Amino acid sequence: MNGTELKPSVAPGVRLGHVSFVWRPWIVLVTLLLAGASFLVFCLSIGIGDFPISLPRVIATITGGGEQVDEFVIMDLRMPRALAGLVVGIALGVSGAITQSVARNPLASPDILGITSGAGAVAVFGVTVSGGAAAAVVDSVGLSAAALAGGLGTGLLVYFLAWRRGIDGFRLILIGISVSAVMQAITTWLLVTADIRDVARAQAWLVGSLDDRSWGEVRIALWCTLVLLIVVACVAFQFKPLHFGDEVAAGLGVRYSMVRAILLLCAVLLAGVAVSAAGPVPFVALVAPQVAMRLARCPTPPMVASGMVGALLLIGSDLVARTALPITLPVGVVTAAIGGPFLVYLLVRANRR
Amino acid sequence: MGTTAVERPASKATTEARRRRVVGLGTLVVILVVAGAVSLAVGARALSPAEVWHGLFAAPDPDQRLTEIRLIVQTVRVPRTVLAIVAGIALGVGGALIQGYTRNPIADTGLLGVNSGASFAVVSVIAVFGFDNPFQYVWFAFLGAAVAGVVVFGLASIGRGAGNPLTLALAGQGVTVFLAAMTTAVALSDKESLNALRFWNAGSVAGVGFDVIWPVTAFIAVGLVLALTTLPAINLLNLGDDVARGLGVNITLSRTIGIAAITLLAGAATAACGPIAFLGLMVAHVARYLTGPDYRWLVPYAGLLGAVVLLVCDIVGRLVVRPGELDAGVLVALLGAPFFAGLVWRGKFKNA
Repeated sequence: MNGTELKPSVAPGVRLGHVSFVWRPWIVLVTLLLAGASFLVFCLSIGIGDFPISLPRVIATITGGGEQVDEFVIMDLRMPRALAGLVVGIALGVSGAITQSVARNPLASPDILGITSGAGAVAVFGVTVSGGAAAAVVDSVGLSAAALAGGLGTGLLVYFLAWRRGIDGFRLILIGISVSAVMQAITTWLLVTADIRDVARAQAWLVGSLDDRSWGEVRIALWCTLVLLIVVACVAFQFKPLHFGDEVAAGLGVRYSMVRAILLLCAVLLAGVAVSAAGPVPFVALVAPQVAMRLARCPTPPMVASGMVGALLLIGSDLVARTALPITLPVGVVTAAIGGPFLVYLLVRANRR
Repeated sequence: MGTTAVERPASKATTEARRRRVVGLGTLVVILVVAGAVSLAVGARALSPAEVWHGLFAAPDPDQRLTEIRLIVQTVRVPRTVLAIVAGIALGVGGALIQGYTRNPIADTGLLGVNSGASFAVVSVIAVFGFDNPFQYVWFAFLGAAVAGVVVFGLASIGRGAGNPLTLALAGQGVTVFLAAMTTAVALSDKESLNALRFWNAGSVAGVGFDVIWPVTAFIAVGLVLALTTLPAINLLNLGDDVARGLGVNITLSRTIGIAAITLLAGAATAACGPIAFLGLMVAHVARYLTGPDYRWLVPYAGLLGAVVLLVCDIVGRLVVRPGELDAGVLVALLGAPFFAGLVWRGKFKNA
């Protein structure tokens, strides 16, 4: 080695008091760029519509200034939809990042933990079955609330079925796949026996949509997401060593079983919030972490960047769905149509390099 | 492979294990035969063994009742029994292979885009040509499945790291996502497509004639032969690419053959029955639990298990909601999943 010092190939560490972390400028840069892009598309999405508002006026109105007319259009009409897209995107992205990290499997997503399929089964039941006590219950609480209850119930069922002296990622996923399969079979059966008009309505609900959001719904989703994200942020620091396996994590002083349990519970709840706000938008939670991983060039799904990719994907798709397409499609369709090919593109590009 | 094979005295434990596996395989065959016999007798019109026998082998008879029995057995019961066995074997073997090639224990036969490709083809041809008979779109479904499989494999093999298991799985996922979105888009804008899609999605072995079953069986047979030739290679590939290469495996070739086999098996089965999810994944895990990780045993077990499960689910489906029927694809999930979850909970499965 000619006596020269080996250059450390690891990123430099930073220590501030009791907190220490690794300084990786690229990840920070990518995350900031993604956040900026999300904000830009968010404002664009608010500005574009039957009554167009220019970008500076949108930003002025959001930050408190702006004219009264703009304020009415933006705050009362367009904000709920855009904000719902933002919140749902972030929630799904983070939820997916957690699931894929805990399971150490890129095919894992909260979709296979049963939330989406549970919500779908209950919603399809509500749409297609009329009469009977169960249908009356669904009618009285409203479809969205019933679906949310179904989704969360299924998610928690999976969680507790998989509990056996702690949560094991592999067991959780296999149980989740089983329970999801049952829920999907029920959905399929309900659709087969139902009237075709109800089927169309049910199918539309199953794809997820941002139409007709009210401030009330969005506000609840926003606060729930914020609280859950704070919990995730508090625990996430302990989570990094888990990528090296349970033994290493335990050696570094991480109570891995508890950290994993809390994070997974948060993933389930975040996905539930997303379902409540937009219906079961498919694939965002699956695609966003993988895209974020490849953009940020890190070996594991980065949480913040995944949330940002999710938000960008969802708001961007909503914008495309509203403005660029000749037919109106629910946002879930466009999200999948954009997200899937983009993931493939990233894979191919990485292979060719 | 080697010309100077060294005779090693087989230890007692290995002979014992082999004996157990052969006995297990024999047991599965017996169960399958019994289930097949039951499948011929059970249905909306229950038949006695003698009647089944008559229906199968007797010469045409002027007796009205016997002719009816012959008709039921030969045009309804036999085709669906044969199809359940053939498709079950295909999906079981396909499920075991896809988990082997992607090294991912949650990979299912739909991963390569086969199911979504078939579904997309079905809704598209209905929307474009207005077909209303399943026989008209079986071959389009097969074509869609095959094209999707080829596209996924092509995308995953561009450039370096060709056929890397992770790239393959994710490329499959990406294409599946895209095709599912397109399917939904078409189905939401065309009511006839939506109507056909919901029946198609249920996955059933009923109502398919031999004019479809024979060609499908031929494709599946080719897929099975391809699959069997690659079994030793999968064992080595699962030790990692470097080890496999060092041991003389042509990685690209065996992956290509393997993926072609999976596409043929899953594509043909899906074209004939519709998407039957979960079956391949489930039997692959149960087979691994029964045989251990040796794919030369695991794959035949998975195939037989797949056939048994699909056939039993089809039989149960005829009995539970009489006089109607519950589709086999729905029942595979309803019956199989709780059983599977129980095995998972008891810690029977290893992370492949």
